[in-house]
Amino acid sequence: MATSVLDHAPGTHAQAPTGIWSWITTVDHKRIGILYGATAFLFFLIGGLEALFMRIQLMKPDNTFVSAETFNALFTMHGTTMIFLGVMPLSAMFFNFFIPLQIGARDVAFPRLNAFSYWVFLAGGLFINFSWLLNAAPNAGWFGYANLTSNQYSPGLNTDFWVLGLQILGVASMAAAINFFVTVVNLRAPGMKMLRMPMFTWMSFITQILLLLAFPVITIALVLLMMDRHFGTHFFIPDGGGDPVLWQHLFWIFGHPEVYILILPAFGIVSEVLPVFSRKPLFGYTAMVFSGAFIAFLGFGVWSHHMFATGMGPFADSFFALSTMLIAIPTGVKIFNWIGTIWGGSLQMKTPLYFALGMVAMFIIGGLSGVMHSSPPADLQQTDTYFVVAHFHYVLFGGSIFGLTAGAYYWFPKMFGRMLDETIGKWHFWLMFIGFNVTFFPMHFLGLNGMPRRIYTYPAGLNFEFWNQVQTWGSLLLGVSMLVFVYNIWKAARKPANAPADPWRGATLEWLIPSPPQEFNFGTVPAVGSSTPAWDLRRANGGALPEPKPESGAGIHMPRPSYWPAVTAIGVLVVIGSVLFTHAFHQWFFITLTGAAILIYGIYRWAFEPAF
Amino acid sequence: MSVAAAHALEHPTSTGIDSKKVAIWTLIGSECLLFASLISTYLVYKGKSLVGPLPHAESQCMLHGKMQTCEPIFEIPLVTFGTAVLLFSSFFVVLALYGAQKGNRKMLVGWLSMTVLCGLFFIGMQVYEFSHFYHKGLGYSTNLFSSTFYTLTGFHGSHVTVGVIWLSTLLYRASRGKVPPEKALNLEIAALYWHFVDVVWIVIFPVVYLMR
Amino acid sequence: MDSHLHAHAEHAHPTPALYLRIALILFVLTALEVLTFEAGRGGLGASVRPIFEPITVVLLIVLSAAKFALVAMFYMHLKQDPKMLSNLFVFPILIAAGIIGGLIVLLQYWRVVGVK
Repeated sequence: MATSVLDHAPGTHAQAPTGIWSWITTVDHKRIGILYGATAFLFFLIGGLEALFMRIQLMKPDNTFVSAETFNALFTMHGTTMIFLGVMPLSAMFFNFFIPLQIGARDVAFPRLNAFSYWVFLAGGLFINFSWLLNAAPNAGWFGYANLTSNQYSPGLNTDFWVLGLQILGVASMAAAINFFVTVVNLRAPGMKMLRMPMFTWMSFITQILLLLAFPVITIALVLLMMDRHFGTHFFIPDGGGDPVLWQHLFWIFGHPEVYILILPAFGIVSEVLPVFSRKPLFGYTAMVFSGAFIAFLGFGVWSHHMFATGMGPFADSFFALSTMLIAIPTGVKIFNWIGTIWGGSLQMKTPLYFALGMVAMFIIGGLSGVMHSSPPADLQQTDTYFVVAHFHYVLFGGSIFGLTAGAYYWFPKMFGRMLDETIGKWHFWLMFIGFNVTFFPMHFLGLNGMPRRIYTYPAGLNFEFWNQVQTWGSLLLGVSMLVFVYNIWKAARKPANAPADPWRGATLEWLIPSPPQEFNFGTVPAVGSSTPAWDLRRANGGALPEPKPESGAGIHMPRPSYWPAVTAIGVLVVIGSVLFTHAFHQWFFITLTGAAILIYGIYRWAFEPAF
Repeated sequence: MSVAAAHALEHPTSTGIDSKKVAIWTLIGSECLLFASLISTYLVYKGKSLVGPLPHAESQCMLHGKMQTCEPIFEIPLVTFGTAVLLFSSFFVVLALYGAQKGNRKMLVGWLSMTVLCGLFFIGMQVYEFSHFYHKGLGYSTNLFSSTFYTLTGFHGSHVTVGVIWLSTLLYRASRGKVPPEKALNLEIAALYWHFVDVVWIVIFPVVYLMR
Repeated sequence: MDSHLHAHAEHAHPTPALYLRIALILFVLTALEVLTFEAGRGGLGASVRPIFEPITVVLLIVLSAAKFALVAMFYMHLKQDPKMLSNLFVFPILIAAGIIGGLIVLLQYWRVVGVK
């Protein structure tokens, strides 16, 4: 540590450092947020391509666009990518950039740990996708059911890539979750009581708690699976006394909280956007906070609703049916409060509002099909069919992606100092909205008519052809909408960075500083008197908010950049990745040892370098 | 005003608690779920092994190439002693922390050394126990009991190992005078982790060794 | 902030003597756990066994919970620390207990299969 706790490096940079090295060593939460966002968006597009290939294959019966084996890899990687490399890190982009700004902090609690999370995430994403190059992409589903994933039925490296990739990504998520949890708990500006925090920060905070409690469970499940695959155990293998259903339990104890991890940040974004674009405070702030917390807490008690078809018996089925139905209540509270927010408001029909409204509408549809699943007898018909595929795409795409896109349009000016184009934005919205519904609504029909999930083709004459064709056209439209979005970003990037600090008349602290913010965020840490500090200031100023002047930042010490987080991340990648080589024992031992050496050396240098 | 207090004033936290301390408690909370998953797996497979050796009962097991009657495998006296050692190590580290906070370097170094020694002893006991079990026919994949037992205690043991490395690093720095009262928090964080490792064993010991 | 530090300093800070007492209690509790185990399986005589066998599990849970609480409250300092830290520990423990309980029930822990 520093020789004296008061001996900090003086001053800050007059302008942001440039060059690749500055990005590799950055510990600035805003830069790390942009790294997350760019990386995640690329993975999201890859996941989208994987979906498009599936849709082309399913366009007509007995198609031969891809083989059955490739199709298995496509749906596995599509799911894994969209969840772990798409939605979660896109949310992380916003956690990173905006949690400190919204609570009036200058950075997160542990800036180097923050950088570490990003580098480990990148390592995990690259690791798991590297499998494509070896023709060994994971192919046993994103949920890896035992004992399909045992060595007997999945003998290649595919499942190993999946297991180890998720473990690496788990390290990233855990590190980030500790960081954001402590940041929210400890770094709030004076007057920013917990029940004055913005809704995005609240929902993100609850998401961190879910991450902290759910990820250890899947970590263990994955370890046990690896032991079964390579060390002869029978945790999930019947002929050694093991129970494959135990895997499902452990997986879904993680998996259900995981879906709340995926949706709560989007809920938070919508709860920010609707008030601002209705020029009205959020309806029922406290109820929104507590319903979010209740959803998260109750989310630990519903997991076996993913297992109604495994024969758990009537007592278990009833218990989980009831708990699942119960969770619809706090969710309903949110929906009604969102409606209550826009009711009677002065609606500013801008792109963020379009996506936020789209999110609410699509999520309601997804929620309705979800409630239908909560009844075990009904679910026995719906499970493993396209009805379920429809449900989760409505909540994950219609919910999370629409919500995140709303956040993108809302916060783009703050992040990059440029506005995204409104007209192109509306084109983006309508193409995406129509494309999305054309792709996924018919899946309800197909599912109820008996089309199973995860099949690479279907024979003619089952009445599946028409809707499958329609869906494929819809997915192509979705793809076009993504291109429109990319075009919008590219167009904005060519503009000069002169967006106003507060283009939308936002309510929260991030709108009080320049767009983009200076490195230290706030020159003077603001004092907060309510949950809408920017609106309070506006009211105090007679309805106007003066454009904030850039401040000198003299005397503010910011954390020093460092490459030890990246080095340590490489150590993590090597140690975990080395398990790929368990059958080549000498290589494995050597590689693990090297990785451990890098890891430990990285940790020690990180621990003993001065933070400032 | 001490330097620590001045620093705390300069970087006040919303809760008044140092961020590192909140972070270690957050990690501890999360690790509760890690060990809960392992303990659950152990418990749901208890009594469901298809062959021996078994923890508390005689069984048929494969030893030296043939099926034979095997003794119950647990040696309670050894493990009890290890448990006591781990418990006392928590006591020692608290004394070390007291010494650090009071600026008493001898107390700090002395009791921290004892803590590390206890940790090493505990690991040694486990290594001895595992190799003993292995020679009595309990390999990692022998049966459900062995797999769940070794995985659970193995995870605990690796946490002990990390703790020993962490405390040893602090011990080294303390011996060179680099853990004054202002830096006592660093030892407090490590000690909290160490106590957690002890607390997990407080659960594992009865659940695994003493419940038949 | 200054007054907060002051109040903290005046607080009844645990002394090494208290820590030693806790350590001895922990030792005794551990001994009681082992005695419970022995009593329940007949190691302390056939007359005692029927009394202890049915209550072994409950007794062990109580004893280990007491040890857990002592280490958490005194060694981990939770008794003197802000309540927030206790909540940070207790909440995950409750979720953990729920999961262990749920899995035990769902996977019928009490059912013995295979070698008895």
